[in-house]
Amino acid sequence: MTGPGHYFIVTGQTGFGRSAFVMTLMLLSLALMAVRAFYLQVLDAPFLRHAARREAIETVQQEGHRGMIVDRHGQPLAISTPVDSLWANPRILLKEPAVWPRLTRAIGWRTATFEKALDAQRHEQFMYLRREVDPRYAQRVLALRIPGVASQREYRRYYPAGAVAATLIGFTNINDQGQDGVELAYNSFLSPRRGRAIVVRDGLGGPIAVRRGREPPRPGHTLVLSIDERIQYLAYRELLKAVRYHDASSGSVIVLDARTGEVLALANVPSFNPNTRSDLDSSYYRDRAVTDVLEPGSSLKPFTIALALQSGRIVPHTLISTSPGSYWVGPDKISDVGNFGLIDVSHVIAESSNVGASKIALTTLTRRAMYRNFLRLGFAHSTHSGLPGESSGFLSPPDTWEPIQKATLSFGYGISVTPMQMARAYTVFADGGILRPISILKAPPQSPGRRVFSRTVVSEMRHMLELAASPVGTGANADVVNYRVAGKTGTAHIADTKGYHRHRYVASFGGFAPASDPRLVVFVDVRDPRKHGYYGAQCAAPVFRKVMTGALRILNIPPDNPVTTMARAHTRWS
Amino acid sequence: MTLFERWHIDKSLFTALAILAAVSLVVLYSASGESLGFALGDAARLAIGFVVMIAIAQIPPETYRRWSVPAFVIGVVGLAAVLGIGVVRFGARRWVALGPLSIQPSEFMKLLVPMVLSWFFSRSHLPPRLGRIIAAALILLVPVLLIAKEPDLGTALVVLLSGVIVLFLAGIGWRTIATVLMMGAAAAPVLWAHMHHYQRQRIYILFHPQADPLGAGYHAIQAMIAVGSGGLFGQGWLNSSQAHLHFLPDSTTDFAFAVFCQEFGLFGNLALLGLYLFIVYRGLRIAFAAQDSYSRLLAGSLSILFFFDVFINMGMVAGILPVVGVPLPLLSYGGTSLIIIMAGLGVLMSIYSHRRLVN
Repeated sequence: MTGPGHYFIVTGQTGFGRSAFVMTLMLLSLALMAVRAFYLQVLDAPFLRHAARREAIETVQQEGHRGMIVDRHGQPLAISTPVDSLWANPRILLKEPAVWPRLTRAIGWRTATFEKALDAQRHEQFMYLRREVDPRYAQRVLALRIPGVASQREYRRYYPAGAVAATLIGFTNINDQGQDGVELAYNSFLSPRRGRAIVVRDGLGGPIAVRRGREPPRPGHTLVLSIDERIQYLAYRELLKAVRYHDASSGSVIVLDARTGEVLALANVPSFNPNTRSDLDSSYYRDRAVTDVLEPGSSLKPFTIALALQSGRIVPHTLISTSPGSYWVGPDKISDVGNFGLIDVSHVIAESSNVGASKIALTTLTRRAMYRNFLRLGFAHSTHSGLPGESSGFLSPPDTWEPIQKATLSFGYGISVTPMQMARAYTVFADGGILRPISILKAPPQSPGRRVFSRTVVSEMRHMLELAASPVGTGANADVVNYRVAGKTGTAHIADTKGYHRHRYVASFGGFAPASDPRLVVFVDVRDPRKHGYYGAQCAAPVFRKVMTGALRILNIPPDNPVTTMARAHTRWS
Repeated sequence: MTLFERWHIDKSLFTALAILAAVSLVVLYSASGESLGFALGDAARLAIGFVVMIAIAQIPPETYRRWSVPAFVIGVVGLAAVLGIGVVRFGARRWVALGPLSIQPSEFMKLLVPMVLSWFFSRSHLPPRLGRIIAAALILLVPVLLIAKEPDLGTALVVLLSGVIVLFLAGIGWRTIATVLMMGAAAAPVLWAHMHHYQRQRIYILFHPQADPLGAGYHAIQAMIAVGSGGLFGQGWLNSSQAHLHFLPDSTTDFAFAVFCQEFGLFGNLALLGLYLFIVYRGLRIAFAAQDSYSRLLAGSLSILFFFDVFINMGMVAGILPVVGVPLPLLSYGGTSLIIIMAGLGVLMSIYSHRRLVN
């Protein structure tokens, strides 16, 4: 092994020497290098070029803002305001401890808190620093040019009307998706279309330039509701006052345009502040006017009487004996609040005589006719308002009715309805006997509607309901100065699974004005009032009066009875 | 007598190096994000390197031979000092502070080990006997172990390599080489068990870079992406997206070659390889022409070591060798390492230009 030619030091020899070996080895290494370079730069080049693009060029989604919800006059009820969320890439931040003090000062974090949070997320590439801040504030932080810190545009939903319309409008979640109310019902209409942009991103995680293929986000559509914000405020304010005054558990007010079926106001109490709702009970979110059912009691009575009039078996001045203020249907006793004696049909409504109403129903109406009548008035069916969680109410089929049920149905027991159904049913009297669809959107397509009662019957009913809302009737508290008002009170015991509570009531009032040419229908219910009376006349009628008075004035509706001012001053009791 | 000859400068070697220096300025200007200040800093360092090279070329090889042993001893003392009073940076104790300068004695060993071993073998008849080889191996192990202890495995391996090259050139029998290789293979598991976690991971990542694309495999993947996306002709100067968008780490130092590849493609890559090959070839020619065994061994080992520096860096960037911190000679922005490389090239020039010519 030690012969000549094996040693680098000995040159000029033939054979496989050290020099040749070294040269061969180096050339082989170079060849390997060249092959590898060929492999990477020719064979693998398309893939690696794609890899370079993929990590540097990224498609980012851009959020557009959600559409506004406005009232019929364009007043905003829900708007999206741009906010920025500041975030950081912890992996990058961890490498730059020198910038921490500047950053924590800028975002208002305590140093210890910041370092702890950073450590907890040290393997992550994303952590929020501040969420939903003023964009100008975010710009100031970004201006510090701290590596790994970026911001993203978000939108926060703001509800200018606050609690006033909260149960109707609903709210969105953190992902800008409608969760309840109109926000949920019209979510896809309100939702923006996401935009896309291709950005060049650097190895530190920050986008550096928008490149091309930009597709701007399209904001969501603006939803115009039929609501009139002024009437909504009024309804909510008066309802809230009444619910507090009577220490009631809840209440609703619905104001409808009598001619179009548009909902001008829909207020519920309790409500919530949709702008800071985190700590509230979810039961406050309910739009009780459509989700909750009640047995209306006497405010349903006019519909039975109208059916009887329609049958032709009675006329408004047909006399009915209600003495001695009660009578027996089999084992069950039906009573009035007093002995009204021999009264005509008008006064059965005006005095709200249960005895009179049930006698009319039992003697003139079949079960099937009553049942069909309720269905035609829209009970036991959804009103198709489009609001989430709407209840259909309930009415058992007529074949199962005992005589006592037929009797009690005539004055509003044994049927469950929503306040919205009640309000809508009253439009039949206000709109010439035709039931139209209701709408929470402005200017709905006009539907021919469906005739429920003849014009004659409607005209007779209007007079009777005017009487009921006059100083003679139970609805005296509902009168509106300078206008003729028609309407009916209701006071019903609250039922639960154990039967009717003796001392818990739903007070209600349904009516319309001006009676000569009805423009507005208002239905009010106040549940479980515990103070200052419990009758519909005491709890609901005053709310009706205030809301109706204000709404007529707001809408500039001409008075149809400008002389009653003096007369009513001393007849009012409250 | 030309100017080059008077200053003991090898003309062809100098020309090749000057081209490399120019390439370095071009690449680093781009890799630094078009920072003129950075490029000027690189120029200054290269200038110092050339001055060192020319200065060293003035000194005859005989002087180096005489100073080999004392220089080596000082170097070893320096290494010991690093372990005792060294400055910890990036988790390793590799520097010793000397006033305003911080010196990395391990780098000097790349020059001092070939010198002392060349001196050791040139003192007796070649090829050396087994006893002498073992003695040389022991001399070699002292600095290698000291450097490995810092820990700086990459440099330790390069220094070991520099010594092994001298041993090989001095003429170890093939049988001895085979024996050592087999022993090395047998010792590999033991060595593996004694490695640091990050060192093991680097070797693992060589074979599985996708196992941890954002962590241990990040450098390797980003470098491969840079090289590959250059394609045949490259994306053009200043167009290395990997460097400009900060995906490629250490783009001005250990991974400068990746930037070069992305900007100048396969053709630029092969041209650069050719340039390096020419420098090594020229170094080996100088070795063959050397007139005594010390000069010949030293020139040969320095040339081959230069080649290994090039190959290890390029192999690392191209993903055929693990990621070790070896800069590409002249191209990478370097401090001590550049000076040592230039000093070695200066020694080569000195050996060539101080031949006694017999006409």
